[in-house]
Amino acid sequence: MADQAGAAAAANGRISVHPLMVRITHWTNVIAMSAMIFSGWRIYNASPLFDFKFPRDLTLGGWLGGALQWHFAAMWLLAFNGLAYLLYGFFAGHFKSSFLPLAPTAVWNEFKNALRGRISHQIGVYNAVQRAAYVGVICVVIALILSGLAIWKPVQFQEIAALLGGYEGARLVHFAAMTLVALFILVHVMMVALVPRTFLPMLTGRAKQSSRGQGG
Amino acid sequence: MKSATPKPDRSLVASTHDIVKLERRLFLRQGLSLGALTMLTGCDVTDADAVQKVLWSMSRWNDRVQAAIFDQNKLAPVYPESAITKPFPFNAFYSEAEAPRVEAATYKLELGGLIRDKMPWTLDKLYSLPQSSQITRHICVEGWSAIGKWSGATFRTFLERIGADLGAKYVGFKCADDYYSSIDMATALHPQTLLAFKFADQILPAAYGFPMKLRIPTKLGFKNPKHIAAIFVTNDYPGGYWEDQGYNWFSGS
Repeated sequence: MADQAGAAAAANGRISVHPLMVRITHWTNVIAMSAMIFSGWRIYNASPLFDFKFPRDLTLGGWLGGALQWHFAAMWLLAFNGLAYLLYGFFAGHFKSSFLPLAPTAVWNEFKNALRGRISHQIGVYNAVQRAAYVGVICVVIALILSGLAIWKPVQFQEIAALLGGYEGARLVHFAAMTLVALFILVHVMMVALVPRTFLPMLTGRAKQSSRGQGG
Repeated sequence: MKSATPKPDRSLVASTHDIVKLERRLFLRQGLSLGALTMLTGCDVTDADAVQKVLWSMSRWNDRVQAAIFDQNKLAPVYPESAITKPFPFNAFYSEAEAPRVEAATYKLELGGLIRDKMPWTLDKLYSLPQSSQITRHICVEGWSAIGKWSGATFRTFLERIGADLGAKYVGFKCADDYYSSIDMATALHPQTLLAFKFADQILPAAYGFPMKLRIPTKLGFKNPKHIAAIFVTNDYPGGYWEDQGYNWFSGS
């Protein structure tokens, strides 16, 4: 884990770990996703799919109409920010350099190591489990948005709804995708809490060469 | 959905309505009701009002986006009789017992606004329009959905018959239960928008909107007014019972 040859060394002993575009879209996404999830919970409470409701204090909007206003306003921020991130990821080479290669065996080995408390840290480089998690959550968010479109416009976008099992099927997919994103966020934040020195670089983009670890 | 409904005790009507209003007021005062959210900490009433303004203008923006997405030739999915939801849920801003009892013999549909022939219509005359049926999914703004069968006259046929200005922007509705709403002309002219007189092959019971309900399978339930007493055509935004409180006006499906 001492191999830091891949990371760009800066003159003052700090290296660049998170490009500006990634930091901007990350924090914008924090705002948009929070608004979507907390208002979505209030919308869910109006007609619960399952035998539980979200605690009222954890919801956004005050009442169904307010929550819908938040949801349908924040969705634009979420969508355009996500689009900017994807375009950057594909065309600026960010995905290729950060997420590839992504070999299933490497992910599995890394995962087993992590369970035994041996997490590989290499500053500026994501380990295999991280790569899988980030690529996975990107796919889940895409499913979240598509199912959301199917619920929002089950007639105009009925082709998408049909793929997801119709309007009611799309509601279930939307809920399942939200749950996965919420779990991702939980683990992601826990990892940062365990390795706090990963937090500041997400703001400044830079990390001390001596510090190691990618956290969540 | 709050697609209009019947009405029993006015007292209940008032209370449900007040609760919603109270919720909105609390929303404004306490700001967002997400106690734990640090996003907008320390926001006072002024900040909450500013947030409200942004949210309302986003909702107006979403009206325009939905109007642009709306395809007059795109039909809502239809279902077989076996898919019909039984019993079909009642929904309104009051309880089922409070549904208005409209007198069939004396009923007359009032017409107003940009309409050439504003003569009120009796039920017999309405029943003499060409009739058709549809089995479609009713989707409530709350999220639940139910499939039902409605029969009646294509709304477009009716609008043409009365000489409505089909180039106008809005068609508005006033209902016997004091509910009111309005829709865009494009949706009014959609082939599946039905002036429905029957539900499940029976004359609409009071709970489902006697004497008539506007069935719009391309809009959420609360945009399907029941117990319609008057129809008017206008270019001035008429709003609606729930729309004025914050539900999105277009609310297309």
